[in-house]
Formats: sequence, C-alpha cells, structure tokens
Amino acid sequence: MSSKDGYKLVQGNEACVEGALAAGMRFYAGYPITPSTEIAEISAQKLPQVGGKFIQMEDELASMAAIIGGSLTGLKSMTATSGPGFSLMQENIGYAAIAEIPCVVVNVQRGGPSTGMPTSPSQGDVMQAKWGTHGDHPAVALTPNSVQETYEYTIKAFDIAEKYRTPVVLLMDETVGHMREKLKVKSSSEIEAVNRKKPTCKPEEYKAYRPDEDMIPPFAPFGNGYRYHVTGLTHDETGFPTNSNIISGELVQRLVDKIEKNIDDITYYEEYKMDDADIVIIAFGGVSRATKSAIDHMRENNIKVGMFRPITIWPFLDKQINQIADKAKEIYVAEMNLGQYFLEVDRVAGKKCPVKKINKISGELITPEEITYAVTGGRL
Amino acid sequence: MGCTNCSDITKKYYRIERLPHIWCPGCGHGTLMNTVVRAIDKLGLNKDEVVVVSGIGCSSRAPGYLDFNTLHTTHGRALAFATGIKLANPKLHVIVIMGDGDSSAIGGNHLIHAARRNIDITTIVFNNNIYGMTGGQFSPTTPHGDFATTAPFGNIDKPFDLCNLAQGAGATFVGRGTAYHALLMQKLIEKGLQNKGFSFIEGLSLCPTYYGRKNKKGNALKMHEFLKDNCVDKRVVDKDPEKGKNKILIGEFYNNPKIEYTEGYQVIIDKFQKLGEM
Ligand SMILES: Cc1ncc(C[n+]2csc(CCOP(=O)(O)OP(=O)(O)O)c2C)c(N)n1
Ligand code: SF4
Repeated sequence: MSSKDGYKLVQGNEACVEGALAAGMRFYAGYPITPSTEIAEISAQKLPQVGGKFIQMEDELASMAAIIGGSLTGLKSMTATSGPGFSLMQENIGYAAIAEIPCVVVNVQRGGPSTGMPTSPSQGDVMQAKWGTHGDHPAVALTPNSVQETYEYTIKAFDIAEKYRTPVVLLMDETVGHMREKLKVKSSSEIEAVNRKKPTCKPEEYKAYRPDEDMIPPFAPFGNGYRYHVTGLTHDETGFPTNSNIISGELVQRLVDKIEKNIDDITYYEEYKMDDADIVIIAFGGVSRATKSAIDHMRENNIKVGMFRPITIWPFLDKQINQIADKAKEIYVAEMNLGQYFLEVDRVAGKKCPVKKINKISGELITPEEITYAVTGGRL
Repeated sequence: MGCTNCSDITKKYYRIERLPHIWCPGCGHGTLMNTVVRAIDKLGLNKDEVVVVSGIGCSSRAPGYLDFNTLHTTHGRALAFATGIKLANPKLHVIVIMGDGDSSAIGGNHLIHAARRNIDITTIVFNNNIYGMTGGQFSPTTPHGDFATTAPFGNIDKPFDLCNLAQGAGATFVGRGTAYHALLMQKLIEKGLQNKGFSFIEGLSLCPTYYGRKNKKGNALKMHEFLKDNCVDKRVVDKDPEKGKNKILIGEFYNNPKIEYTEGYQVIIDKFQKLGEM
C-alpha cells in the first residue's frame, strides 16, 4: 500500500489491524474464517515486526483461550472471527468477563445461522454480542461504518478493554470489513493508548480482585512477582472460589456496574440531520451509509428525516434513544437482520412513538431506495 | 484452618490457608500434586516464574492450593490458555494439570495440537479413569467393559493410551507414573520440566469414590496395591518382554528434543529486528 501524507487505500479489515497495532496490540491468536481472514493474515505479517506474537490456533475455542493467556502476561491481545467462530468463542468470552481479562474480539458478521452465507454481509449477531455467553455479564460492542472508523474504534476497543478490564467486541459487517477506502493513520504522538492500571501495593498485600473506588481492580501480569489465582468460578476479592451468595451476587453486579455506570465514557454515536427531524432512522454499520443517501434524497423532497447511528451498540444507549423518542413522530430501525436492535429501541421508545422495522436478510445491503420506500410508503 | 505441623516444602509452596483440600479421603490427586511441587523444588525454579494452569475437574482444583501464578480455566481448554501464556512470555515455566476427561475428551484437540507444536509446556494428566467431579461418568480412559454411571451395562467405548496419543501427536518427552510410584512420578516431572518442548506425563490416579466403588476395586488401599502389583517399568520390560504381559507400563517412554515453538517464533522476530538495524 503506498502511503502519501499518511494516507493509505486499504480494506476495513486491514484498518482494524492498523488500529490494533496503534493501540499497542502485541498478541493475536485466531482461526481463519471469511470474511475476517485478512485480519489474521495481516496480523501474522505485522506482529513479529514489532516484536509481537501471532499464533494460528486449532479452533476458535483455543483462540479465545490463548488471547486470555496472552493478556494475563500483560500483552494487549486480540482475536478476529465471524459467526460460527464467534459462537465457539462464547464460553471463554464469559471467562474473560468474570476473570476481568482485557481483550478485543472482532466479529466481522456474515449471514447466519450456522455457516450461513460466508461472503455476504449481515448484522445478525447483534444480540449474540450481548447475550452470547451464559449468565449475566457486561457487554461492550462497537460498530464502525467505514475504514477510517474501523481504525479509530479498534483503538477505542482496546482502550475500553484495558481501562475496564473487560472483553470488548468490535462488531463489524462484511460491507465494512471488505470495502476499500482512504485511511489516515495517526502518528504515535497522536495516540494516547490506555493501559490497564497496575497495583502499587507490595505483592504480599495484593488482592487480585479487590476493586478500587472506580470498581476496577489493579492488574498484575503473571510473572511479575505478584502470585495470585485466577478462575472462571465466582470468586471473592482474593480470586479464590466462594460459595457465598452475597459475594457472588456482588461480583456479578460490580462487573455489570463498572460498564453501565460508566456508560457515558464509552458511548459513541453520530447524528445526521437530526436537528429538526420528525422521522428518525436508526442504523449502524454498513446500513448507516445507505441510510445517509436515503435521507439526503428524502430531504431534497422536504421530508424531515434524520439518522441516529449508535457506534457503541452495547451497552444500549437508553438515554439517547429516550431523548429521540421524546421528539420524534416516528422511528425506524434499519438493520440486516429480522429486528434485533429494534427490540431494544422498541423497549425504550415504543410507548412514546411508533417504532418500525426495516429489515433484510438476503445477504445484501439494504439499499437507499428500500429505506426511502419503507419510510415514504412508496411515495418517492 | 491450614496445617499446624506441615513440612518446610509445604510451607514454601502451598497456600496453606487454602487447605484442607476438597479431595475425598484416599483420592490419588493429592499425592500427584505433591510430586509436582517436589519436582519444582528439586529444580529450584523461581516461584514467580512458574505458572500452573488447569481445566475443570477434581484434578484441576490443584493449582488453587499452590503458591504460584495459577489459572483455573474452562473445561478442556487449559492447554489453549497455557499456549497463550507461554508464547506471550516464554520466560515462564508453564505447567498444565488436567484430568483424563479434561485433557482427552473435551480437550483432546488442544492436547494433540499443543504436542504437535512442541510448545514448551509440561502437561501432567491426573488419570483416574473416570469423571470424578461430575460424579462417575465414563471417560476416554475408562477400560472397555468397566462400569460408570453413564455405562450402567459396561462401557463399550475403547480407551485411549494417552502416552501413545501424545507421542504420536509430537510430544518430545513422554512418561507415565502413578500415585503409588510417587518418586518415579516426580522424576518424570523433573525431566519434563527440563525438556525444552512439549512434555507429557500421565499420572495414574485413583478415585475410590466413583471408579473404585462402581468397579468393585476395593478401598483406596486396595487400589494402591493394584497399582503396585500391576505396573512394570519400561526398562524392565525392555530387557524381558515377558514381564510386561498384562501389565501397565510405567516409566520414561520417549525423550527426543526437537525445535521448540516459542524459540522458532523468536527466530522470526530476531530476523525483523536485524533488518531494522540495517
Ligand atoms: C463445557 C463443560 N462441559 C461439561 C462440564 C462438566 N464437567 C466438569 S468436570 C467434568 C469431568 C471431569 O473429569 P476429569 O477431567 O476426568 O477429572 P476428574 O474430576 O476425574 O479429576 C465435567 C464433564 C463443564 N464444566 N464444562
Ligand atoms: S470424586 Fe474421585 S477424583 Fe474426585 S476427589 Fe473424590 S476420589 Fe478424587
């Protein structure tokens, strides 16, 4: 890729690796699957060049396990996959959540269920990104809609993972992963990477899961003189399993609270022509680009329509959607599934204004024409 | 809580505040855990550089009692977690403790691939021929015809020879000891730790609570006697094959170092660093 003035023409998947490296990724374990494969390939090429490690594991269960291991030694770690692989990763994503191991999981979504449509775009994993693993747990997922954003939000995904000691999902769709666009990479001085906080106490005093006031326990990498125990079982502040009902409840509540109570810090969204919009279309990822064209066309025809685009798709942006529902006459949720994000929007906005769905699951992007047709009832 | 008159080695390597352990009286897992500790002590490894990883099962509770960097993972996945740890920080001595079900049923794929890579991990399987933690179901090492809660009419599955499996997949050090032959077990673990590559040591354990009871093997003492009377060292059999008839082979089976995975990766990193210097 030629690079002039810091600009490159790259795929979304390549931008993801660029962002990860810029954020400080030094460990990648993965298993190839379309349409995420380039992320593994480019990581394999670039990581050793910066002294980092790449490993192709035997499957996605192992990949997710390995990045948790890598992260435990202090390296910023990532894996990338698509639908079937994301399903296999779920048990260990839950492990990362309860053991508070920072890591980034990229899911370039494809058509599903099962092996579905490997090379076609989809947004069918929205609910899986939140509820894929068992039990209650925090979920953070970001949805970029361009090559540049893939770069930026991969960096943010690492920052959130490190700051909150949690797995973070970068929920892409094939449209974004495989599109080629201009990317401006940042210089290292422009990036202020967030690193997990370290303990300041002596090793003997260290309680691996004793949270500070911000609800996050300091992290000591394995091998640094702080010997402690990590488990996927419900544990107390020492890290050892407990059967105490009180402590178990408090642990899971803290895990959820450390995300939910800091929601503003991890909330990203875009508003497009929203100032006077009566009709609001909510869309994310690849679909938001078609939505923009549709809005431009409808605006030319004096229809007051705007777009709200959640970039942070989990946790759900209750506050922002509530405000939209207070003003809007109608809300549409356009997504490449049968109405997953719609369910949440309807939960929050449904009592205040009509919420309608625009869906497509054929393995093609929803077109601007289809969005316009749905909103205007075929008048345009 | 804890032990009042415990030995120096116990004080040094155990989290005595976590004792007593959860294992049933007579269970072989405690003895096997102790052989791991004694091997580490013998080699004088720095406690801060030792990581003990396990999966899920009775056997996999061992790391919780040991004063190292310890990681209790998901069922079957210990080797995959351990692979991440070792590759990310090759300075660490990584030891994996698993059960027979943990390592060869749900974790069978990770076992063969870790062996194939020849990554420097010392893997120790506490093989009690049964699923202990879930209450006595058959495992991939339950002998053909034996009984288990999920084999009420006798097990029709055929068992794995775990050592053959590991060696066939690429392990560069392989051996088998038992909870009765504790000194041999310790020696094998020492050698495994010294091998720069994937080492596989099977420790025949015993579960009087489920396997013993279901198969009328008697109490723990009887089960130990069985191990004593029915295991023969490979060196003896090598000299006189007759002595190996209908017996369980123990001892060192294979020791043949080959290029280790993290060292192989370091060669790639070094190449780029040299390029950078030019
Ligand atoms: C994914 C998953 N499946 C099943 C289990 C239930 N489970 C816990 S321990 C165990 C078997 C343990 O047997 P083994 O590995 O032989 O060790 P032992 O308890 O006999 O020492 C099973 C099936 C689990 N924890 N996770
Ligand atoms: S159930 Fe069996 S393996 Fe588990 S602790 Fe008891 S004796 Fe040991």
